[in-house]
Amino acid sequence: MEHEKLLDLKNISLSFGQDKILDRINLYVRDKEFVTLLGPSGCGKTTTLRIIGGFQTPDEGDVLFEGKRINDVPPYKRKVNTVFQRYALFPHLNVFDNVAFGLKVNKVPPAEIKQRVLKMLEVVDLKGFEKRRVTKLSGGQQQRVAIARALVNQPKVLLLDEPLGALDLKLRKEMQIELKRIQKQLGITFIYVTHDQEEALSMSDTIVVMKGGEIQQIGTPEDVYNEPKNAFVADFIGESNIFDAVMLKDCLVRFSGHEFACVDKGFDANQPVDIVIRPEDIELTAPEHSVLSGVVTSCIFKGVHYEMNVSCEGLDWMIHSTKGRAIGEQVGISFTPNDIHIMNKMFKGAQNEILGEIIAPNTLSMLGCELNVQTDLPEGTKVNVTIAPDAIEVVSPDQSHLIVWLESLIYKGRYNELIVYHMETDSEIILHSMLDEQVATNIGIRFDESRLILTAQEVESVEG
Amino acid sequence: MKGKRSMALPYVVWSIAFVVIPLLLVVYFAFTDKNGAFTFDNLSKIVHYLPIFAKSINLALIATIISFLIGYPLAYCIARSRTHVQRNLILLVMLPMWMNFLLRTYGWMTLLENEGIINKLLGMIGLGPFEMINTQGAVVLGMVYNYLPFMVLPLYSILVKIDRSVIEAAQDLGANRFQVLCKVLFPLSMPGIVSGVTMVFVPSVSTFIISRMLGGGGNMLIGDLIETQFLGGSYNPYLGSALSLVLMVVMLLIMTVMNAFDEDDMEGMLV
Repeated sequence: MEHEKLLDLKNISLSFGQDKILDRINLYVRDKEFVTLLGPSGCGKTTTLRIIGGFQTPDEGDVLFEGKRINDVPPYKRKVNTVFQRYALFPHLNVFDNVAFGLKVNKVPPAEIKQRVLKMLEVVDLKGFEKRRVTKLSGGQQQRVAIARALVNQPKVLLLDEPLGALDLKLRKEMQIELKRIQKQLGITFIYVTHDQEEALSMSDTIVVMKGGEIQQIGTPEDVYNEPKNAFVADFIGESNIFDAVMLKDCLVRFSGHEFACVDKGFDANQPVDIVIRPEDIELTAPEHSVLSGVVTSCIFKGVHYEMNVSCEGLDWMIHSTKGRAIGEQVGISFTPNDIHIMNKMFKGAQNEILGEIIAPNTLSMLGCELNVQTDLPEGTKVNVTIAPDAIEVVSPDQSHLIVWLESLIYKGRYNELIVYHMETDSEIILHSMLDEQVATNIGIRFDESRLILTAQEVESVEG
Repeated sequence: MKGKRSMALPYVVWSIAFVVIPLLLVVYFAFTDKNGAFTFDNLSKIVHYLPIFAKSINLALIATIISFLIGYPLAYCIARSRTHVQRNLILLVMLPMWMNFLLRTYGWMTLLENEGIINKLLGMIGLGPFEMINTQGAVVLGMVYNYLPFMVLPLYSILVKIDRSVIEAAQDLGANRFQVLCKVLFPLSMPGIVSGVTMVFVPSVSTFIISRMLGGGGNMLIGDLIETQFLGGSYNPYLGSALSLVLMVVMLLIMTVMNAFDEDDMEGMLV
């Protein structure tokens, strides 16, 4: 059985009313693996865990456990146990009875219960706490009780839903090591949910990065850090410089006005891409020794390293170095071909292409809103509307043309690239903004009506 | 601090005048004969009325159990529904209480009468008539109907505070629905159960209106007995006081036993 699929999620989808929570999730987990579901809040990671635990039934898709479909198996019949976000200990029971709960309801003989509970309390370092009330324990101790309570049942899989979220930093680090030790010692599969990328990197065998109900990337911690699939993964895990670029041909990429050798292949010629360069991979040199040079605009001491910003040909670079530079100093930016990671763009195309219709003289209807445009096109003409990303502005909802859901926001060295979703018409829009906005919230956007480019659909075939 | 305390003064005066002094009077009359001399006669006469005590407690107990069996699932369902639905359902539970107690009980009289609406409706489909009014069943029905909200409200307010994840944790650990109920829900909602049971049982034991109106003459309860000692033909406030005193002591004992179930501190309740 080892290294086969212990748990297999196939094409799992789930919606709550209008909201699509999970969209065709495919994921398998091997025996004794430590898998982390990582993503921002609202990405569907907790829902995925609840589906595995049996607290939620997917609308579509299959949950397979050891090859058998378990969609309709209730939680109490699954060989899976959960450590809940806020522990969910039984306040009316003491430590021993909390841990013994699962064994008691499963009619394990009392002598065996006692032996197993005491042994498990030893594993989680709570020997001698049996008679304590759980409400009198500290957060870290409650956490350990919750872990012992789940593990004492010898589950095949332990599900952990942000178990360290409520603990302070130091305790969290201790518990990370502790959890990893327990997982190794007992040889149990862990599925761990967190939004903390550092936690994910330091504990997992496999990381599953999620966003908006979809899996972005599955890989080892090194994979997702060094070879992020897209700008979202690169931005979410670790610090990064993400820039727009064009892949000229295999192993040659152009950005910041220069051509650079890289190691990635398999993209189309002249394909627009995103590139990421990690701040710690960049070396500062004398300006004359490097193709790129710029001015240090800020330098902050972070303990292990200095975090510097260098402004170079209009792009803002972040650089980590153990040697600080003075603000205003002219420096060269240097990196090797290996340090450039090429990623597919998350948004198809550089501009927005949206269908609209002229519904009255100089009035365009598009995405359910009406816009004033200067046009000679007659009423009833269906048009393609091309909108540049910088022809859209983020505004307060009462000033807006549309209210949209902010899916992602990534700093591109010069501006923030926002991808928003308009639910009513199921369309995605890309825009540039200087403002920082909270991801996974509704924002208002406004089109610059003078910069909309209209092409009548019938004419288009003749022209093109 | 002193200023705040003085704000309680009206209540202190009120409770001395209308609670403490009347209680002392009850105790005084219970041990006094017609001539104002000290006596145990009133108390010793109570032996004759023990069957009425037993009947009162019995009916109140049945009414309390039925209220609990109806009230607990109802309170649970309300507590688990969405917030705005909760508010409406609670309003519905309280709605009958906006109407006068006597009127509601009169309503049941017309429903349950031999020539009443229920019997007429049953007659249409060829059933009955059943003798419903003036039975013990009617008395219990009246108690349940009138006091059910007092069971539902405290249960609801405690159940709504139980974190859903605690129930999920129990299921996760292998507890089926019945085990979740017995091992998690009941223990965690014990404070609500105790106050709900108290608030139904106490007024049911001492009621005299419900038993008079729905029970007819044949179902005299301890409340009716006490009432007739003060207002009825067999005027005897000394015996009435003795009966009241014993009833109070019995209830205090029962409540003490009940509260023993609730001695665990529930401060760890997830809110």
